[in-house]
Amino acid sequence: MLRVENLSTGYNSIRVLKQISLTVSEGEIVTLIGSNGVGKTTTLRTISGLLRPTEGSIHFCNKDISHVPPHKIVELGISHVPEGRNIFPRLSVRENLEIGAYTRKDRLEIKKDFKKVMEIFPQLAKRQKQTAGTLSGGEQQMLAIGRALMSRPRLLLLDEPSMGLAPLVVLGIFEIIKEVNRQGTTILLVEQNAQIALRTAHRGYVMETGRIILDDSAEALLQNDQVRKAYLGE
Amino acid sequence: MFVQQLINGIILGSTYALIALGYTMVYGIIELINFAHGEIYMFGAFTGMILMTRFNLPFPAALLLAMVTAALMGVTVEYVAYRPLRRSPRLAALISAIGASIFLQNLALLLWGSRPQNFPSPFKIKVYQSSFFSISQLEIIILVISFLLMVGLSFFIKNTRTGKAMRATAQDRDTASLMGININRIITITFAIGSALGAAAGVLVGIYFRTVNPMMGVMPGLKGFVAAVLGGIGSIPGAMLGGLLLGIAEVAGVAYISSQYRDAIAFAILIIVLLFKPSGLVGLPDQEKV
Repeated sequence: MLRVENLSTGYNSIRVLKQISLTVSEGEIVTLIGSNGVGKTTTLRTISGLLRPTEGSIHFCNKDISHVPPHKIVELGISHVPEGRNIFPRLSVRENLEIGAYTRKDRLEIKKDFKKVMEIFPQLAKRQKQTAGTLSGGEQQMLAIGRALMSRPRLLLLDEPSMGLAPLVVLGIFEIIKEVNRQGTTILLVEQNAQIALRTAHRGYVMETGRIILDDSAEALLQNDQVRKAYLGE
Repeated sequence: MFVQQLINGIILGSTYALIALGYTMVYGIIELINFAHGEIYMFGAFTGMILMTRFNLPFPAALLLAMVTAALMGVTVEYVAYRPLRRSPRLAALISAIGASIFLQNLALLLWGSRPQNFPSPFKIKVYQSSFFSISQLEIIILVISFLLMVGLSFFIKNTRTGKAMRATAQDRDTASLMGININRIITITFAIGSALGAAAGVLVGIYFRTVNPMMGVMPGLKGFVAAVLGGIGSIPGAMLGGLLLGIAEVAGVAYISSQYRDAIAFAILIIVLLFKPSGLVGLPDQEKV
């Protein structure tokens, strides 16, 4: 479904990604793990069009999207939940979700999806009119995921959904991620919390300073000595 | 006397508010002070005047067409003077804005000469008197049009799909684009609406003072900017409030202190706001990003 080949990206003259390649197949949860600053977020931002690749290509459903602007990429079916959630703080919860469906015109279906999001996140249902900036961190993360689902994506890019959240809240969020995947959305998950990411995903890639150094099934990575030492703290 | 001054202040202030909206909307989206905005106001006034005198259009049609023309002009200025500098340091865009302002002033001088020209009055001079104040039909029309435009804008921003997209873009441009919002389109719409409102102010001031000239946009442009800062730059209700307050302060200053201080009052307010409350009356605190 998603095929990234020899992708390089940089900010000005600094190369952040050095020829990385990865694939995500329909129905999978694939995770990209690694420490802070190795280029995980940059990878997602390049896929969703916020950054231009300097070399290599990105194909989504056999279409080259390497130079498609971000607002068109959403229309193709990729939705990106950015790092730090980035909900619109001065819009209400409901308005945030409406903006999530910005590219769609099928009002009835949008309403259905709105209801569905409310079922997945009952906590948000109670706070529809509240300004999004007043939500707790966990609720903001739920809103960000809900907002992304409102575009009815085929592929969901999640950037550090565990960031800054209490362990119990993190568990809840990851249960929801699995549920969203079960209902048919393919997921590419970027995480620093390797433990929970590998327990959630089917496959994983390990990144170090702009390169992918390992890729395997999530189970195998959980058993891998290198991964256990560097990322699981054992 | 007091009530009369208050009314005069509100009339003047409502035109400042219309101008301030253009500054604040553009700032909200791309963090640029569009210093060519005063010239858009001036071109709006000239367009209205020409449509009414040479083409004999009725006032409402002239007002609407002047707004449309100014909208196209604002969009062109953005396209030519600001868009190529989108990724440059902010100072470059600011200098470009000042350049655009000087260019448009000189274009007007070239087209229409430096002498002031008469603006026809579309309305009969009819004055309503009460024991506290008097107000002319013209003044009522200016007030009604300004308030209708402001209410219309508020409704648009609050309730429409594009209005919500504009607010989202103002809060977080990258994330807005991830929602499928075409940022360039939103910027174009913002310039169009802001310029149309500025042109409306120009036409209203034109029929009020019955005169237009190529330099007429300089002072109201600066005062509209002061009004936007007073209300809190980036805030739409702030621009409306700031405009009204500035108008009232200016008229009160003229009435109770001296008419020589007319322009000084606005800039004294600017300095005071920047010193003591740079975020303005209803502005957002600086540290709002998490």
